[in-house]
Amino acid sequence: MMLTMAGVHAHYGHIHALRGIDVEVQVGEIVTLIGANGAGKSTLMMSLFGNPRASAGRIVFDGEDITRVPMHEIARRGIALVPEGRRIFQRMTVLENLQMGATHADPANYAADLARVQALFPILAERQAQRAGTLSGGEQQMLAIGRALMSRPKLLLLDEPSLGLAPIYIRKIFQIVRELNRDHGMTILLVEQNANQALRVAHRGYVLQHGQITLAGTGRELLESPEVRAAYLEGGGHG
Amino acid sequence: MAYALQQLINGLTLGAMYGLIAIGYTMVYGIIGMINFAHGDIFMVSAFIAITAFTLLAAADVTSIPLALTFVLVVAIFFTSAYGWAVERTAYRPLRGSTRLAPLISAIGMSIFLQNAVQLTQGARVKPIPPVLEGGVVLWDAPGFAVQIGWSQLLIIVTTVVLMIAFTWMITQTPFGRQQRACEQDRTMAGLLGVNVDRTISLTFMLGAALAAVAGVMVTVYYGVVDFFIGFLAGIKAFTAAVLGGIGSLPGAMLGGLLIGLIEAFWAAYLWAEYKDVATFSILCLVLMLRPSGLLGRPEVEKV
Repeated sequence: MMLTMAGVHAHYGHIHALRGIDVEVQVGEIVTLIGANGAGKSTLMMSLFGNPRASAGRIVFDGEDITRVPMHEIARRGIALVPEGRRIFQRMTVLENLQMGATHADPANYAADLARVQALFPILAERQAQRAGTLSGGEQQMLAIGRALMSRPKLLLLDEPSLGLAPIYIRKIFQIVRELNRDHGMTILLVEQNANQALRVAHRGYVLQHGQITLAGTGRELLESPEVRAAYLEGGGHG
Repeated sequence: MAYALQQLINGLTLGAMYGLIAIGYTMVYGIIGMINFAHGDIFMVSAFIAITAFTLLAAADVTSIPLALTFVLVVAIFFTSAYGWAVERTAYRPLRGSTRLAPLISAIGMSIFLQNAVQLTQGARVKPIPPVLEGGVVLWDAPGFAVQIGWSQLLIIVTTVVLMIAFTWMITQTPFGRQQRACEQDRTMAGLLGVNVDRTISLTFMLGAALAAVAGVMVTVYYGVVDFFIGFLAGIKAFTAAVLGGIGSLPGAMLGGLLIGLIEAFWAAYLWAEYKDVATFSILCLVLMLRPSGLLGRPEVEKV
């Protein structure tokens, strides 16, 4: 098992954002979390890094309890996050952003990792000396994913990677997710508003509502479930 | 003409010292968004450490000036960085995540504490040391006025230039510098990528203090006297320099320091010497009113 969250509760200020989350991700899987805005999807991902810290429950990653591990140690253990809104370092160059992704990686792997990421996203090689803030939204998303990959993570977390992007980039993102998983065996936890696409690419999925998992199943099962169809797919779900 | 050239040299010397102190203000502001009002007193503490070290050397009969200066610099940098670290640890870190005003008030408290601690332990009198570096070179023997650069002035200017080049290289080219800038731009994201944010902040305080320590040693060598109150005025002037250059900007702090030093020297030489502090603080007011982002700063953008 790559990741196990067992009965995790977390608070954001006075808001009880996660109410007993049980989520499992197996090695080599793509697992997706779907749910409305404010359901707690991003909070769930951030809680893996202890921000907010789980107030109850346990988080086990790769056989080790990481519930109380400091944030900067989590990355070292092999979890990389592509956060909501990308959060690239705008005033650094594209290359410097990628170097930041390799903060705790073995320097011996740096050249190979850089070449691999730049092969995946050629634009990041072309624009490497440019300030990251001048990239387009889609390019910034590529950079955020590339940055996360620089650390050779065991588990890749993607938080709304398609949000606000042009259709061509959305297609590209889902294609990359599939490729990373199929060709590189990358384990991926994907949060998406775009439930239709996410469930198609994922092996399994969870539905999150008001900080609780209300439904779980394979991607296909969830796609066909009447509750999911009614709440997340029909009426604008086809993005 | 000769007189103006002399003022240029004096102004550069002064500006170098302000610039060294200003970097500490600007870096701390950059990374945690607060003005470290105790920074001027850190500088004052370093001057006292320098005096103590010089006194010890004199007692030990060390006569080699380069050896003495190196020793004093190393000692001052070491202890002053420790002060910088301790101040952040005790007065600011516990307040992280609280309101913006809290660490500011804590900083003022720390400033008063350091002043009083030094006053109590070292006494309120001005402390002199025998001149360390006397003499200089005459650059231009103009009729009626000889332009001279003192050895201590030369030492200050050269040391500052070397330090600033090294420092700029460190911030722009090394992994630590990159992590430091990453923390400035998005602390949470830096943490998510594995940067130890608390440690980076501690190091930033220590670096700022180390540069202030160099300024403290220089001021001791240059003026030969210190007292427990010198941190206040030097601190506020360096803060003015940082604001003038654009708070948060490293080249801005260097430029601002230089300008404040020059303005002060020329104002004192040609206008009213007794009003030179007024000139500096008028600049602070004018910059805050007319161009709050300073000469090289970025305009403040509200984060959403």
